[in-house]
Amino acid sequence: MVKQCAVNKKITKQGKEVFVCDTTRSKLLPVLQSIQDKKGYISDKDMQVTADRFGIHPVEVYSVITFYSFLTTKKKGKHIIRISNCMPNIMAGSKRIEREFERSLRINIGETTKDNKITLEETGCVGLCDEAPSALIDDELVGNLTPKKVKEIIRNLKK
Amino acid sequence: MQTKREGLVIFSDIGNCAGLKKAANLSSSDILNEIRSSNLKGRGGAGFPTGLKWNFVVEDRSDIKYVVCNADEGEPGTFKDKVLLMEYPQLVFEGMIIAAFTSGAKEGFLYLRGEYKSFVPSLEKILKEMRKKRFLGKDILGKEGFHFDIEIKLGSGAYVCGEETGLIESLEGNRGEPRNKPPFPVNTGYNGCPTVLNNVETFAIIPHIIAKGADWFKGIGTEKSAGTKLISISGDCKRPGVYEVEFGTKIKDILKIAKAQDVKAVSAGASGECVPKAQFSRRLGFEDFSTGGSIIVFGKKRDMFEVTENALRFFEDESCGQCTPCREGIPVLLEGIELIKKGECPKDYLKDLLSLSETMQLTSKCGLGQSSPNLFVSVINNFKKEYTLSKIPKEEKAFNG
Repeated sequence: MVKQCAVNKKITKQGKEVFVCDTTRSKLLPVLQSIQDKKGYISDKDMQVTADRFGIHPVEVYSVITFYSFLTTKKKGKHIIRISNCMPNIMAGSKRIEREFERSLRINIGETTKDNKITLEETGCVGLCDEAPSALIDDELVGNLTPKKVKEIIRNLKK
Repeated sequence: MQTKREGLVIFSDIGNCAGLKKAANLSSSDILNEIRSSNLKGRGGAGFPTGLKWNFVVEDRSDIKYVVCNADEGEPGTFKDKVLLMEYPQLVFEGMIIAAFTSGAKEGFLYLRGEYKSFVPSLEKILKEMRKKRFLGKDILGKEGFHFDIEIKLGSGAYVCGEETGLIESLEGNRGEPRNKPPFPVNTGYNGCPTVLNNVETFAIIPHIIAKGADWFKGIGTEKSAGTKLISISGDCKRPGVYEVEFGTKIKDILKIAKAQDVKAVSAGASGECVPKAQFSRRLGFEDFSTGGSIIVFGKKRDMFEVTENALRFFEDESCGQCTPCREGIPVLLEGIELIKKGECPKDYLKDLLSLSETMQLTSKCGLGQSSPNLFVSVINNFKKEYTLSKIPKEEKAFNG
């Protein structure tokens, strides 16, 4: 689990250290983020369990999930490639890179490969316009993409 | 690509923790006066005077106060905060500590956009070192009773969370939908408590002002915009990157820095103004050509209406949809752009679109909606001639969306 999400509060109970889920409302997003990181999506069951823990209605959890584009209720691939489609990127040829990804993976934008390994998506600016075309691959920012680099990235992800 | 960073304020030399060390000998009212007299304005884009903002929080009698750093930069073409967080994170944290001391806050948050998740380990390391040096934690800066710590919170890919009240909603664990203002975050912020909420760049300037004085800072820039601005240049230029530029610099000089040639126009991101070549002697500053940090350069062959379409599609995706002018207005502008591109937009309909833009600018709830038609309006005003407008009145075209 990701460390920066202080999901668990450490308390000492009868000389033993136990972890208790911190259910202050402000911890809802970190909890959902950690479920997303672990499983790749947030299932109906996870929503119900989280809602029970926080003492809120599951639909409220659902409303939060659907607001954020990095949280999903449907299963995605193990790796997610998000290609930036902001203006500087398009000007630098991100559409060509996008087609290269689509061709190499044999899927379209928004789809997942059959072996559930890679999902291909478009996103807004990822903050790497000086090294356009760029993409966010899982948590890593990758810039200066070329068709050759695309093949290399896919090879590494499929390992 | 650039190698060395140089500038008059943020990238200028500052001794190790000089801002904090000096702040340790000052009272909170001294610091507030220094910031107020420096004329520092918020660097996120809106340009609200930082001293005034802090003053509201200081004057509030609440026991619990917060300091929040807005590191949710999502504006297309902006990556200055990324550079600050990667190369000068200590400055940002120092600024937050000084803000906390001035306002009396005990907790601080760095709201980092989800896309920058890979920076978290290095930022955590800096925080850990600062805790070791007793710049964070209990009784810090040698002042008894001043406790403060910073926690990093991650966003999850929502552009609208860069809006201050949207960010606070997101911090509280809700959908990041902007709130009605007033009340402003300075009185009713995180968990309903007074909150100092500033941009990464604003916080990074604070230690410099404290260490070198308000008069030094005021001497840089123009009368209405003191200091410098970090700009991220991208697009059709040879040297894209982040540069520190003094306010008052002409656009053509900025283009020289980036080695851009044959430029047709520049735009201040997707939500800013688009300036054509004829106006390149305009100056950077809150009073003239204002930008939140993004400058996108467009070469001779670029189609400005394609650019506008891309920006509007971005806003259509990112609009939270709670207020009507933004939710309904953006798709209508998009349809308008398509008509213009086909050469089928009647003149009177174009007038309607411009008046709709004005409505959106005036009545949208938050900055996203208010600024979304900016690019559209300035492109229409400056590049209308690139497309011939249809002379047939709208009624006869039977256009109905």
